[in-house]
Amino acid sequence: MKKHDTPMLDDLETGPWPSFISGIKTLRDKHPDKRINDMTNDLLGQLEHSYETRKGYWKGGTVSVYGYGGGIIPRFSEVGQAFPASKEFHTLRVQPPAGNYYSTSMLRRLADSWEKHGSGLVTFHGQTGNIMFIGATTEATQHFFDDINNYGFDLGGAGPCVRTAMSCVGAGRCEMSNINEHKAHRLLVNNFVDDMHRPALPYKFKFKVSGCPNDCMNSIERADMSVIGTWKDDIKVDQKEFKKYAKLKGRKYIIDNIITRCPTNAISLNDDDSIEIDNKNCVKCMHCLNVVPKALHPGDDRGATVLIGGKRTLKIGDLMGTVIVPFMKLEKDEDWEKLVEIAENTIDFWADNALEHERCGEMIERIGLVNFLDGIGIDVDPNMVANPRESSYVRTDDWDQEAVKWYEKADKKETA
Amino acid sequence: MTDKTPEKVEEKAKPRTPIETGCPDGFQYMHPTMRKNFGQWKYHEHPKPGVLKHVANSGEEIWTVRAGTQRILDVFTLRKLCDIGDKYADGYVRFTIRSNIEYMVKDANKVDPLIKELEKEGFIVGGTKNSVAMISHTQGWLHCDIPGTDASGVVKAMMDELIDEFKNNEMPNRVHMTTSCCQINCGGQGDIAINIQHTKPPKINHDLVSNVCERPSVVARCPVAAIRPAMVNGKPSLEVDEKKCICCGACYPPCPPMQINDPEHSKLAIWVGGNHSNARSKPTFQKLVAAGIPNNPPRWPEATAIVKRILQAYKEDARDWERINDWIDRIGWPRFFELTELPFTKYHIDNWRGGRKTLNSSTYIRF
Repeated sequence: MKKHDTPMLDDLETGPWPSFISGIKTLRDKHPDKRINDMTNDLLGQLEHSYETRKGYWKGGTVSVYGYGGGIIPRFSEVGQAFPASKEFHTLRVQPPAGNYYSTSMLRRLADSWEKHGSGLVTFHGQTGNIMFIGATTEATQHFFDDINNYGFDLGGAGPCVRTAMSCVGAGRCEMSNINEHKAHRLLVNNFVDDMHRPALPYKFKFKVSGCPNDCMNSIERADMSVIGTWKDDIKVDQKEFKKYAKLKGRKYIIDNIITRCPTNAISLNDDDSIEIDNKNCVKCMHCLNVVPKALHPGDDRGATVLIGGKRTLKIGDLMGTVIVPFMKLEKDEDWEKLVEIAENTIDFWADNALEHERCGEMIERIGLVNFLDGIGIDVDPNMVANPRESSYVRTDDWDQEAVKWYEKADKKETA
Repeated sequence: MTDKTPEKVEEKAKPRTPIETGCPDGFQYMHPTMRKNFGQWKYHEHPKPGVLKHVANSGEEIWTVRAGTQRILDVFTLRKLCDIGDKYADGYVRFTIRSNIEYMVKDANKVDPLIKELEKEGFIVGGTKNSVAMISHTQGWLHCDIPGTDASGVVKAMMDELIDEFKNNEMPNRVHMTTSCCQINCGGQGDIAINIQHTKPPKINHDLVSNVCERPSVVARCPVAAIRPAMVNGKPSLEVDEKKCICCGACYPPCPPMQINDPEHSKLAIWVGGNHSNARSKPTFQKLVAAGIPNNPPRWPEATAIVKRILQAYKEDARDWERINDWIDRIGWPRFFELTELPFTKYHIDNWRGGRKTLNSSTYIRF
């Protein structure tokens, strides 16, 4: 094997951060399988060519495993003649276990399968949350998939379909957790395996689940349906611990970093360095809990807020998710069924009403939130808006009927 | 034909049907102490950079050590990470959203030897709390079909320079950085984002358009309706109204003959203030602060220099717990541009739909 010269890439082997170039070179130079040596050598050759010319040389295509229509990112080289061993270099998107937990024995098993069939390069995880097995020929994709599918791994989404979901470390380790994140993650996404594996939706649809409003999964910004743990009752305060912290950091620090940072001015420092929280006006932003995790904890009446419609730039610009369920419990079976039902109704309505290549949030932008809520059978709620309408250009013919609805709902709540 | 037994022929005719199991249960791969105390955690502490200590209601503890890697892992490196997990962490690991590996140990005495071993093997322990976290990034030239730049290389070059900020906790609050190798911005929102910004309309290969592209979908894909069908040299193709074109590259994925990437004119831009968390204020999107930065492999020094300047100003001027967006909210944008010595241009003023909401309609001005 003649090794390609890679002077620009070699530069990325210097410096203290671990080098992916050194890793690829190890596969080229030390792996016992010649197929992998050749493949990674040509990969480095093409990458160097990209560095020199400042252009990419992969093109897409159609590759799939038997029975599925998605889950693989096909890559064919435009400069395959010069780099034949990596001319087919597809990625398999594989769904990780919820919460990204692994045993080393399972990772080894995946590594064994991957070096048998693929390039030996893998990423935990891509931006959507998939394990990215980077670099397989068209034929090898089926063999690798068959292998890992037999021991419990399945492909994720690619194309206009339900995509792989993400959930945070959650109740497994985090005291801020308000729901069973991994259950929400798996219930939602595994309800839509058909919509994931056979792309037939208007565009992509992503679920992300965070256990608290710190939203470590960036779900409001990035998920079509975002489920975020929260609580309804009072923040639990361990006054003894809080006073200890105040003593350690001093009053000024407490005032500057906790009291005045509360977005709704809901915390007040007592003269004895204990605190008083106006819980009715707490918006569960998490800041004070983040600063003093030993003294402040989420309450006991826990559940989730659901937002719909987050996405990145394409096509109309970045959109945040919008609250459609301010609070729902996620404890009993019927609670979980209700969550799945919201997802089903949302995806059904979106599939029926979206334009081609239109994300759910973009559809809502086009048709208005009220029409979307009508479509999925959810009533309006003032928690869904930052403020009421500012424009007077609106027909209000049925105002009285709508007002009656509101009062009836309020009465029902009272008698319940 | 002699080697093709009838069974083999049948096997070929009947491919294996997939088992549609979807997302696997993570519970089975969780450290036993975490399984046992699932949902029963009481509080956490941050004993030192890269280390978290969680304490359960039961009194049991789990210590986490977080380490940065090259993200594009070869099987040798993956097995090395597994060896370390077997030796020190009972064979359990997890990965963070920013592709760091985490080892969880029950026994506090195992933490220091684990850190020593990770560092000996070249991994970087850190990335917790108020550090510059690992840059989350996309595929770039290594694997993407539409990349304007590389991703892993940009990140390697930058992390080489920011490694001390990853290993220490000297920032006012955590800094999440992202990179994206096209304007679709798969890298997502970040306190600092380094993204491709094209500056010239696509160059169209008219010979290929009719064979490769579904023209109506390409027309529909354009955010500013600048593309229309046209006959060029007697062939059905597409044309771009270059006055309307915003050079976003949205037409390129569905129609590769509309080449948007340009070695010279595809530049890097830097955005700041994206924040996913609800803490202190509602989540925010990132804002453009610098553009026109050369796409300069293998080390992209110009982009790194600006990132360092922003980090320096933030580190010196922000208060504890302020993320970059919180900091700028307090000091105002004029001061941000002053402190970072970045030019403020007409391109910073948003003219996209709803952009008027980003203008200052008040007399709130800091003199």
